[in-house]
This record gives sequence, C-alpha cells and structure tokens, in this order.
Amino acid sequence: MKIKKEFTKGFIKENPLLILGLGMCPSLAVTTSAINGIGMGIATTFVLTMSNLLVSLLKNFIPNKVRIPSFIVIIATFVTVVDLLMKAFTPSLYEALGIFIPLIVVNCMVLGRAEAFAQKNNIILSFFDGLGMGLGFTLALFTIGSIREILGNGTFFNLQLLSSNAKTLLLFIMPPGAFITLGYLIFIINLIKEKF
Amino acid sequence: MNKLESNLKNLVLSLTSISFFMAALLGFVHSLTKKNIQEAELKKINNAISQVISNFNNNPFQEKIIINKDLEIYIGKKDKEITGYAVKTVSHNGFNGDIVLMVGFSPNLTINNITVIKQNETPGLGSKMSDPKFINQFVNKNPSTFILKPQKDGGDVEAITASTITTRAFCEAIKIAYDTLKNIKIKNYEN
Repeated sequence: MKIKKEFTKGFIKENPLLILGLGMCPSLAVTTSAINGIGMGIATTFVLTMSNLLVSLLKNFIPNKVRIPSFIVIIATFVTVVDLLMKAFTPSLYEALGIFIPLIVVNCMVLGRAEAFAQKNNIILSFFDGLGMGLGFTLALFTIGSIREILGNGTFFNLQLLSSNAKTLLLFIMPPGAFITLGYLIFIINLIKEKF
Repeated sequence: MNKLESNLKNLVLSLTSISFFMAALLGFVHSLTKKNIQEAELKKINNAISQVISNFNNNPFQEKIIINKDLEIYIGKKDKEITGYAVKTVSHNGFNGDIVLMVGFSPNLTINNITVIKQNETPGLGSKMSDPKFINQFVNKNPSTFILKPQKDGGDVEAITASTITTRAFCEAIKIAYDTLKNIKIKNYEN
C-alpha cells in the first residue's frame, strides 16, 4: 500500500517538474522534441533510481557531516555511467542530448530526493520513490516536448504531420516557447490536482 | 544499526571508501563500453565518407591526410585512380559552438555532397542546415565560380531563414575545406 503511494505520488500529486518545480534547467533546454524529452527523462530516471537505492543502502555508513559530498559522488558516478552507455549504444540520442547529460549531476531533483527521501527511508520505498519521481519527470518532459515539436516544427517523433512548407509557430521551438508551454502545463496540472 | 558518528576517522573512512568503490564501478563500465564508443565514432566517420563521395573501392579511412586537429582529408580511389576527396572541416563561428562537416569533392574540386557530422545550432532554425533543401544548392557547384557567402554578403548561397550566422559558418567550413584541398593539389602538381 505504502509502496504504491510512494510510487504514484510522482506522477501528478508531487510531480517533480510541474508541482515541486525541480529540474527546470534540463526541462526547458532539451524539450525541443518528444524523443529528446523521453531520452532525458529516462536518463534522469535511471540516475535517480540508482542513487536513491544506493543512498538508502549506505545511509547508516555516511556520517551526517559528509552526506552531501557522498551523495554527489554517488550521483556523479551514475551520471557518468549513463553518459558512457549512451555514447556506446545510442550515439544519435547522445548527439541530441549532448551537454545536458553531465548536467544531471547538478539537477537539484536528484540530490533533493536523496536528501529528503532516500536517507530517511528503507531501500524498497526509496527505489519506488526514485522510479515514480523519474517517470513523472519523464512524463512531464515528454508532454512539453510533444507540444513544442508539433506546434513549432510540425512533426511528432520526426513524423511529418504538416507539409514541410507549412508555416509553423517557430516561437515554440525557441526558449520562450518552453516557458509558455511549461506555464500552461502548470496551470492545467493545478486544475487537475484541485479536482481530485 | 545506528548512524555513524561524525568524527574525523569516520568522515575520512566513509568518504574514501565511497569514492573508491564508485571509481571502481566507473572503471568497470569504461572498460565495458570503450570498444563500442570507438566503433561508433569510426562508423560515423565512415558513413559520412560514403555519403559524400561515391564510386570508390579502397578504404579512404586508411588514406587520410591529417592537416591539423580540425582538418582531415580522406581520399577515395578506384583502381588507384583518385575519384574523390572527403574533407572533414570545422567552423568555430556557429551560432552555438562548432559546426563539423564532411564535404565531398570530385577530382576537379566540384562539391559532390555535404553531410553534417556535428552541430549544436538552434533546433528548428539553424539545425535546418542538415535538410537536403539547404544542402542541395551546393551540389555540383565549384567554389571557384560559386561564391561561398550568403546572398546578403554578396555571395551565391541562399541562407536559412532567420539563421544567417549559421549559414555563414557553414559556408566558412566549406571554404576552408576547398582552400586546403586546392593548396595541396597545387603543391603536388609542382612536385
């Protein structure tokens, strides 16, 4: 029961991006297409789940005074692992996400979950918290990415929806479009949250 | 088990052992992925070469001339006869960092085809440089008569809408490739 609660809270109730407002930098920068959003989301989910798992496992071995450096070392390791794996097995995705993968290290969401949840809870709950939060983040990135790709480029997963000569709202591909999309999404998700 | 006390011995011990184990894990993953990463990069270069020059049956990768860290020339040959040059070239003046191109030239230095190896331009604007619509205007043009500048600057290149800087950098990279290749050809001729 508790597992289910910790797992699902990340989707809407405590969505890290749309409700808690964490991890804005990568969200705004990489979500120019649906596939980029999913790639970034999955990479973050992996890092978040693994770091939550390890932090929870080691919580009693880490003295309070060095907990932040320890968490950062653990997070940075998993980010580098993702970086290497993507470079080796999905080079085209790596091209697109490029510089944003190393930036997961300083994504406050990952450190935030380690600090606020994993170091106080057991391994199983921490694992599901990380997975749920990560998937909620992925869902939010995917939504922003889809909206921006469809409106700004006329494509969805690189599938041409409009004729290639059609005029699209270029604004949505550019940074202001990310803010506008994010703003409306936060508005909508707050409406949904109030209903339930 | 209770949380370890924050005394000096525990601090040093826990941080050192965590760093040690994490380093070991990284080393393991690195050794696991090293070969694949190298292969992926090699494959990318080889793909780019075969996209920009055709009609060769040697391995251009083995006949490369490295000019400097930005410029590499791969020579395509068929039965010892040179059939084309693929030049890897870089412009540092992109809107958002370096633009790396592979430009294919036929033996008389006409542009055969161009492919983008790496770019970081604004998606939806500068990134349109990879579209065939933009690249096709260079195909079968000889830079000795086709001025590699946007029309705005008095050249012959139709710029990407709202991306003049990208277009300029793109042209610059091709120009560097062309000039280098021309100089080498002149030198070889004199010898």
